[in-house]
Amino acid sequence: MTTPAISVRGLIKRFGDVEVLHGIDLDIPQGQVSCLIGPSGSGKSTLLRCMAFLEEATDGLIFINGEPLGYAPGPQGKPVRLPAARIRAVRSQIGMVFQQFNLWPHMTALGNVSEALKTVHGVRKSEAEERAMVQLKKVGLAERAGHYPSQLSGGQQQRVAIARALALEPKIMLFDEPTSSLDPELTGEVLNVMRALAADGMTMVVVSHEIGFAAAVCQQIAFLDNGKLLMTGTPQEIFGKPRHPRLDQFLDTYLDRGAAMLV
Amino acid sequence: MSWKLFELLVQASFYTVQISFISITIGLVIGTAVSAASLSPNRALSISGRTFVSFFRGVPLLVQLLLIYNLLPALGINVPSVVAAITGLSLCTAAYQAENLRGGFQSVPRGLLEAADMVGLSSFQQFRRIKAPIALRLALPSLVNEAIMILKASSLVSVVGIVELTRMAQDLAASTYRPIELFSAAGLLYLIINWLIAWGGSVFERSFRWGRP
Repeated sequence: MTTPAISVRGLIKRFGDVEVLHGIDLDIPQGQVSCLIGPSGSGKSTLLRCMAFLEEATDGLIFINGEPLGYAPGPQGKPVRLPAARIRAVRSQIGMVFQQFNLWPHMTALGNVSEALKTVHGVRKSEAEERAMVQLKKVGLAERAGHYPSQLSGGQQQRVAIARALALEPKIMLFDEPTSSLDPELTGEVLNVMRALAADGMTMVVVSHEIGFAAAVCQQIAFLDNGKLLMTGTPQEIFGKPRHPRLDQFLDTYLDRGAAMLV
Repeated sequence: MSWKLFELLVQASFYTVQISFISITIGLVIGTAVSAASLSPNRALSISGRTFVSFFRGVPLLVQLLLIYNLLPALGINVPSVVAAITGLSLCTAAYQAENLRGGFQSVPRGLLEAADMVGLSSFQQFRRIKAPIALRLALPSLVNEAIMILKASSLVSVVGIVELTRMAQDLAASTYRPIELFSAAGLLYLIINWLIAWGGSVFERSFRWGRP
């Protein structure tokens, strides 16, 4: 069996006294799209952020292609923190896309996409920009290369953010509610880019409220509720009958809004 | 008022500009370091940063200048009075600039740094490429304000024997008995210099528009 792209083992996350993840075990398979779904406050974004080590788990371990991220198993079973350079090295296999895009406002689209190539990897400016242009073309924004984020629509900003992550050729892409701050019209253009990426065989983990997208594009769905992983499976297994009663209840809220055409 | 008198005032105003410019520049360097120290997770650093600010912001500049002017020779350090003047002005403005910059640094959205983390920028690279430009933009209006304040406050360095614009006007008024003309002329010169600083600031701000209209 191949090593999972991401392995989550016994992950516990507390914010102060509040435990938001109660011991999660999850494998993200290579070359597939996995969706994390669940109600607000279920911990799905926190889980994704832990996978990127943007949140430090209170306990438990994360492995990226078999290598520990952030903390490694220690001698007495107590996780030991890895040095910053090691964390950066393992994390370089992951690209991340945020709900709020998080483009750097003082750089153009081209600047945002080429920044890490120039600053982190020492690639010559002309070559970095050439490579950045390839990514901007891929997300359909080559002609917006010279625009600043403030001159782009939300959907365009998110596509630049995807290009920024892709420029470093990550093996895994994490999406944290990538369309939640977009109106429905702009949501489509971002989902299309994500579909193309999935078709290319990219390993993706998507936290999303787009149940339709989850059902159509994901090979694996993980349903979280109240900090626990209630079930994982293919869309057929998850959405087919019989369903977990809590999932039924969750999906009903979508049906009420007429958003779940899938079921 | 004769042309000769006005020329003396203009010369003194160059001195004012020089002292202020040097102090503001040194203050910006020290202020950046102090704001970085105040924001540091290291307790000792952040306490020393905040202590620096509360001292140099809390003691009147006039007292600071007199203290430095008298303290340095007492410690066996003999420096020209202009050095004492610049030291006093620099340290005082550093405290204010540090606070302006601290506000700027704290307003940099956390998400922009998470994005930088994810593409592998080290903390120093994040400071240089992301935090500093954004903080500077946010702090720029208050930094221009501070530059104007220091230019005016530089009149206080006359207490350590520097003949800058205000002191020159006083001296000339005393010897010519024409205080109204001389102080009007001095006021006008301050106004012109500060207008130039404000204009320079707004030109500089325009280079930080980043695509906004």
